Amino acid sequence: MQSKLNLDYALVAKARASAARVAEETQGFIEEHTTVAVERAICRLLGIDGTNIVGAPLPNIVVDHLLEKELLSVGAAYHIGNTMIETGFSPQQIAVEIDKGALDIAKLATNPPEMAKAKIAPAVDCAVKQISNNAHRRKKYLSEYGEKEGPLLYVIVATGNIFEDITQAKAAARQGADVIAVIRTTGQSLLDYVPYGATTEGFGGTYATQENFRLMRAALDEVGAEQKRYLRLCNYCSGLCMPEIAAMGALERLDMMLNDALYGILFRDINMQRTIIDQYFSRMINSFAGIIINTGEDNYLTTADAVEEAHTVLASQLLNEQFALKAGLREQQQGLGHAFEIDPEVEDAFLLELAQAQMAREIFPKAPLKYMPPTKFITGNIFKAYVQNALFNAATVMTGQKVHLLGMLTEAIHTPFLSDRALAIENARYIERTMRHLGEEIAFKDGGIIQERAAEVLKKAAMLLEDIERLGLFATLEKGVFAGIKRSRDGGKGLSGVTQKGEQYFNPFAKKMIGGPAV
Amino acid sequence: MSKGAHNAQEPVCSAAPDLTKLKPYGDTMGDGKVQISFALPVRNDEKGVEAAIRLAKKMGVEDPSVASHIPLDSEFTMYIIYGCLTHSVDYTEIHVSAVNEKVMNMEAVENYIRERIGREVIFVGASTGTDAHTVGIDAIINRKGLAGHYGLERYEMVQAYNLGSQVSNEEFVRKARELRADVLLVSQTVTQKDIHIQNLTELIELLEAEGVRQDYIIACGGPRISNELAKELGFDAGFGPGKFAEDVATFAVVELAKKLTKA
Repeated sequence: MQSKLNLDYALVAKARASAARVAEETQGFIEEHTTVAVERAICRLLGIDGTNIVGAPLPNIVVDHLLEKELLSVGAAYHIGNTMIETGFSPQQIAVEIDKGALDIAKLATNPPEMAKAKIAPAVDCAVKQISNNAHRRKKYLSEYGEKEGPLLYVIVATGNIFEDITQAKAAARQGADVIAVIRTTGQSLLDYVPYGATTEGFGGTYATQENFRLMRAALDEVGAEQKRYLRLCNYCSGLCMPEIAAMGALERLDMMLNDALYGILFRDINMQRTIIDQYFSRMINSFAGIIINTGEDNYLTTADAVEEAHTVLASQLLNEQFALKAGLREQQQGLGHAFEIDPEVEDAFLLELAQAQMAREIFPKAPLKYMPPTKFITGNIFKAYVQNALFNAATVMTGQKVHLLGMLTEAIHTPFLSDRALAIENARYIERTMRHLGEEIAFKDGGIIQERAAEVLKKAAMLLEDIERLGLFATLEKGVFAGIKRSRDGGKGLSGVTQKGEQYFNPFAKKMIGGPAV
Repeated sequence: MSKGAHNAQEPVCSAAPDLTKLKPYGDTMGDGKVQISFALPVRNDEKGVEAAIRLAKKMGVEDPSVASHIPLDSEFTMYIIYGCLTHSVDYTEIHVSAVNEKVMNMEAVENYIRERIGREVIFVGASTGTDAHTVGIDAIINRKGLAGHYGLERYEMVQAYNLGSQVSNEEFVRKARELRADVLLVSQTVTQKDIHIQNLTELIELLEAEGVRQDYIIACGGPRISNELAKELGFDAGFGPGKFAEDVATFAVVELAKKLTKA
């Protein structure tokens, strides 16, 4: 692709190198620690599932037991392996026995780590195989049906009831949607467990549970077979259960996951140490499962100003890219986020949006960029909103964005109705069809508004990353650089779930998954 | 019964509306023109169109015409309908409680506080319950405000604390006490299945249980909040869409001055 922006690529390289050093410096901290969520994800992958009589998930029962007995620093994998040797139980039976109070892991004799590793190896291989089968199956569908060119039309369903969601998702798929995202119920990100089973009660969204994943996957496969298209399923791998949701998504063949290194810290006040450790294992799983992650930079612009703070989006995209690479996510799996959120009252706002979108395209040429529609300046005037979304759709097509989140004319009023979604898809398809090659036909004027704007944003982002490199990531977050939100190193939710790894700690999945995608 | 603009016996020649029989205006006074759109869970055919027409008639729409019927799925169809509303309302009999008689701008609020209160006024705001949206509370409190209306952080004589989102009611009440708040602001964006009503009610009940309800001026805001609803739930005021920091500030400082005078 020829650069339209005449970007200073030496400066891009410099900014990227700063981001890489920030990630590198943080990586040391990550590798020394584990969290309750990482260990619960390991339990899930080893086959522990279900809930006890009062509805507490069994992975929590096991990890809480280890925490209580101060055994977590060796890791759940060791203890499950060791307990299997000592009792002959399966991982699931171990969980059930702990829950009954019939088994105290602290009282068992301890075998060497190598023996525990060998004991759980079949269970590890079973999960790894299931995930890699899922990746192969996705690839087979895509080669059979073909991959769509141009943007993937992404719509949300958010009824709170998985069965109603399925009705809406099937209709949206038949209308032309390529990606269905099931929005989570408000508040799930702060639960330190994952709910269980099919659910029908949620607010502003539907619980992410493994059963809900499975039900929606089956529904989309059914419509996909009828339409001869592969329909992608997206959910939220964020909050206090990032790695567990990654594990569930990998097991149920989700295709996309919201999965940002910093989002939970900034927008959900989750402790920064907890999030940064959790994101690593969650991304490792996503990477291996062939899942495309979506990052959340668009959110910066809903709280801070999209003109003044555009450089923080680019800086964060570069950081997310480096953290993602560390976890094995290829560039083709990095749906780096940004948004069309400039105040429509600003003169030449559309040009500034084009500059930002084109810049992201040129700096991350292989990434399936995630582009978010206007929300902040959608007012309830549905007719104007439809035009705002049309401009956004035009920018999407002209700059080759890939994951195209469709704006709803009823944004700011309610979660989308069936008809709102249909209108959004019609709008997007109309623009995509009629402007298909417009981007290739036009060049931007040398030294014009668009080129100058991109140069300015890049320069500020490079400077910011230089500061972040000097401060380190945690101190940067303490200063409130992103979205104007300050977070303290020991504040926020979930810090008590962080544990330093002991010398004998092992995570049997990390080794198998770190090589990158299974396919 | 009126037949709208096409009734020859009832020529409409004046632009003055009859406010005792107020009805929608399309292009001629009294024509009652409305547009309606909705989806029905049926296939797109003549029978579905007839169902849409019958529903429109039941809504009081005369001569409904289905301008467009669009299939959304095999068993879902959207209808766009135009017609003439037969209903009217008596505008002259309507009384609503506006929050403020007259809204002061930032400088006027600052001066008002200096003259009538004589100390800094403390605002504490949050998006409470499980609601993760901060757009509302940010627009009111954050320095930058929204659409050129500066937020409370920018006001002199005001100390504003934005606690962010997903703050439990218990935590909110604790913080209010700790920060010695004068004014509490609660934002609610998610309203599915009326979760906001439950959450707002719980806050008032909590304050009453602790016997501190009267210690604060309390307002709530959000896309589905009206002043009427807020008062019904026990708040002092409610702010819906299109209200900015100055609307909230004006109400709060005037109420606070009244309260301090009484005390």
